[in-house]
Amino acid sequence: MAEEIKIKINNKEYTGMTGETVLTVARRNNVYIPSLCYHSDLEPKASCRLCLVAIEGRKGFFTSCSTIIEPGMEITTDAPEINDLRKKNLELLFAQHIERCNTCVRGINCDLLRLAEEYKVDIKKYDDRKINYPNFQFGPSVFFNSSKCIDCRNCVEMCEKQGVGFLDLESHNSFVETTPSKDPKKDCVYCGQCIIHCPSGALSEVDSVPQVEDALAAKDKYVVFQIAPSIRTSFGEEFGMDYGVDVTKKIFAGLKKAGADKVFDVSVAADVTTVEEANELIERVTGKKVLPMFTSCCPAWVKYVEFYYPELIPNLTTVRSPQTILGGLTKTYFAENEKIDPKNIVVVSVMPCTAKKYEITRKEFDVNGLKPIDYVLTTREMFRLFKNHGVDLVAIAPEEADSPWDSPTGAGIIYGATGGVTESALRTAVHKLTGKDLEKIEFNQVRGMEETKEATIKIGDITLNIAIVNGLGNAKKLVEALKDNPKKYDYVEVMACFGGCIGGGGQPIPTDKEIRQKRAQGLYNIDETKEYRLAEDSPTIEKLYKEFLIDKEIIHQICHTRYTPKLKENNFYPVK
Amino acid sequence: MENNIIEKLKNANLTGRGGAGFPTGLKWELVKNAKGEKKYVICNGSEGEPNVFKDGFILEHYPEEVIDGIVLAMDTVGADSAYLFLNHDYFEKMEANLKKIIADKPIILFKKTYGYIAGEETVICNIIEGKRVEPRPRPPFISDKGLFQSPTLMNNVETFYYASKINKGEYSNTRFYSVNGDVSNPGVYELSKDLAIEQVLKETDNFPEFDFIAQVGGGAVGEILKKDELNKPATGAGSITIYDLATLDAYGLMEKWANFLLNGNCDKCVPCREGLYRIKEMVQKKKINKEDIERIFNDLEKASFCALGRGSATPFRGLINKIDLS
Repeated sequence: MAEEIKIKINNKEYTGMTGETVLTVARRNNVYIPSLCYHSDLEPKASCRLCLVAIEGRKGFFTSCSTIIEPGMEITTDAPEINDLRKKNLELLFAQHIERCNTCVRGINCDLLRLAEEYKVDIKKYDDRKINYPNFQFGPSVFFNSSKCIDCRNCVEMCEKQGVGFLDLESHNSFVETTPSKDPKKDCVYCGQCIIHCPSGALSEVDSVPQVEDALAAKDKYVVFQIAPSIRTSFGEEFGMDYGVDVTKKIFAGLKKAGADKVFDVSVAADVTTVEEANELIERVTGKKVLPMFTSCCPAWVKYVEFYYPELIPNLTTVRSPQTILGGLTKTYFAENEKIDPKNIVVVSVMPCTAKKYEITRKEFDVNGLKPIDYVLTTREMFRLFKNHGVDLVAIAPEEADSPWDSPTGAGIIYGATGGVTESALRTAVHKLTGKDLEKIEFNQVRGMEETKEATIKIGDITLNIAIVNGLGNAKKLVEALKDNPKKYDYVEVMACFGGCIGGGGQPIPTDKEIRQKRAQGLYNIDETKEYRLAEDSPTIEKLYKEFLIDKEIIHQICHTRYTPKLKENNFYPVK
Repeated sequence: MENNIIEKLKNANLTGRGGAGFPTGLKWELVKNAKGEKKYVICNGSEGEPNVFKDGFILEHYPEEVIDGIVLAMDTVGADSAYLFLNHDYFEKMEANLKKIIADKPIILFKKTYGYIAGEETVICNIIEGKRVEPRPRPPFISDKGLFQSPTLMNNVETFYYASKINKGEYSNTRFYSVNGDVSNPGVYELSKDLAIEQVLKETDNFPEFDFIAQVGGGAVGEILKKDELNKPATGAGSITIYDLATLDAYGLMEKWANFLLNGNCDKCVPCREGLYRIKEMVQKKKINKEDIERIFNDLEKASFCALGRGSATPFRGLINKIDLS
């Protein structure tokens, strides 16, 4: 049983609960203790040795991240001897890590540099041990500069937690080091969770900003930006704004200032995905076809199925992800209407995701020989793009997105949170099957940050058993359980990242449970303000199906696809 | 009978012979009283530090007593099975004989295939479970949550040997000493545990006539003692290694220690991984910055994750301070 425990930190009394660590209690009460390897998503590893504290009556020093509180504990977080040990540990951390601060993706958002300043560390005291360590690139998504790695192993633990295990430990010349696995049965699925749990900048997205800048500078290119549902309540963080603040229109304004010819909202295409997915679900359930149907808008999950469970490919919905549908529509419907040669259109998606960089390389998505999307930027890359163009998100005046892809429904917005895709599909499926207006639009039973949720929804004679999981490790458990009980669910939503896309590998750093919660709440708040909250109610969607998506062939070309089993793609080739 | 053996161990003042010296009777009692559906006994035969050979000697000459001690422990704490965790060489050499003695007793022989860190008790639990070769945070202690999260009793080979002897009333306050280095009669000797180091050297006809230093308690992390500091009993794993000062290559010796520790550690925590690397760098270059190396020693001792890191400054500091490096 969890009971209240009173402890003292620096002579002040605080209350914690049974099982909590000193660091947890300190953080909650804004008592500062430095740390690098600690992340609330992971088990404490106590390896960086920066969160050392002294405990009255006990000999030595203890890492606060791994020390469980006990009644009456008296903790000191700040004393000359403790600070001296922290300083030496920082010196030794910098002794391994190469400092390439001027070109580092972390820029000034760097905990190492902040701590170096705080503890007056001579970061060049020793020659960098990892100076000649290799770089690795995982697909088109993740870049690993192992010279910057400080061996905290958060990425290894995260990759294991994701049920992937691609980032592994290997012994090289008396050091156990983080290395991509050579096991042919393990491959990166590009979720990027390693990146948002890396404190040192060793892991980052593969940088697409230079190519996007080239496209913006090219006179013959028509550059279209489209933004994902989930980044509108997270991107403000890059500019120091609060978690969960809706900055949709400021993003559009910033992109226009950066030189975009058009700015579109991917949530509009999420409405298309919803309509198509609801149709497919009804067809599968009533036609006794392959069930459960798995969602496929998460490209890390799709790769996971293709590589780890290819026998389940038929369970994946054939509906394409929203970004792919919108890119396809832009290079066909929009291009025709605007009389622009689609070959000159460059579509840039801004996504919460590194796996989306992989998704756009899929040949099966080509439309008339063109890639629907040309480049994907993460939120962190968009921040760098904005910096290049002097965009200050805080100060910039909001602007609207451009027609025709400017007005999503609330259903298209909540795609960014775990359960959002399900809720959107349910709103539409219930409406279609009953032919009546929904008594209540919100499906609260599918909301929330729990990693695995179940719901049973009755629609007339149909009973839908639904599972919603976030975190691939949880998806793995679910898939394994399906082996014993294949008929347990009709519909399964999987998002590779915790909390769904609002916790994506392309989101601002830091990301943790509390932050994910606030970003998700921000999306639900936007949904409530929308005039239309069912995908098919959208005038844009109605018009689109009347004018363009008029027969099976064109719908298939733009909105559907097939997946195929994958072999290991990342067989290690270091790049310089 | 069980309480009886715990009392006997306590009365005999037997302490762990792996090096840490925890009171054996108390350890057995803790595991006996710990709550758990399953309990395990592990005999630690990972002996891997340079110049320490006594567990190998005992396993070779007195395997029956060791197995008897393990069985006694299982009966006492209520464990259904036990593991005998052996370093690679001992496993290869003694597997057949040990299996014969074990016969149908539920004792599993386990071969260690990792370095020095694999002798640490929580690492051994991880290895047997197939997990990463890394120490676990403590608490929980293995007497509460050890192997497969069950209460676990782990003792060193020599400790089980003496538990058996004590049970039979055949213990007379002895321990095993590995005596080696620049001595005329190297070997493993069983002598009183209260003997001063110099007496051990004298009784085994090994006391040098030349100027020397000794490393006591382990050939990597053992303490460095001068000739006039040997009037106390040996500590740790009970090894005594003699170095002739006339022929000693001090930097070479420190590099050997540094290499052994760098290869044998788990590279998890900063002080041990990076601190030892910088120590090695300094001794390799024969350029020791005394102020900085002392800060690294301090960091190792006070900020390392496990006992390996915390103990690894001892020999370097001893040698640097006790002999003239120029």
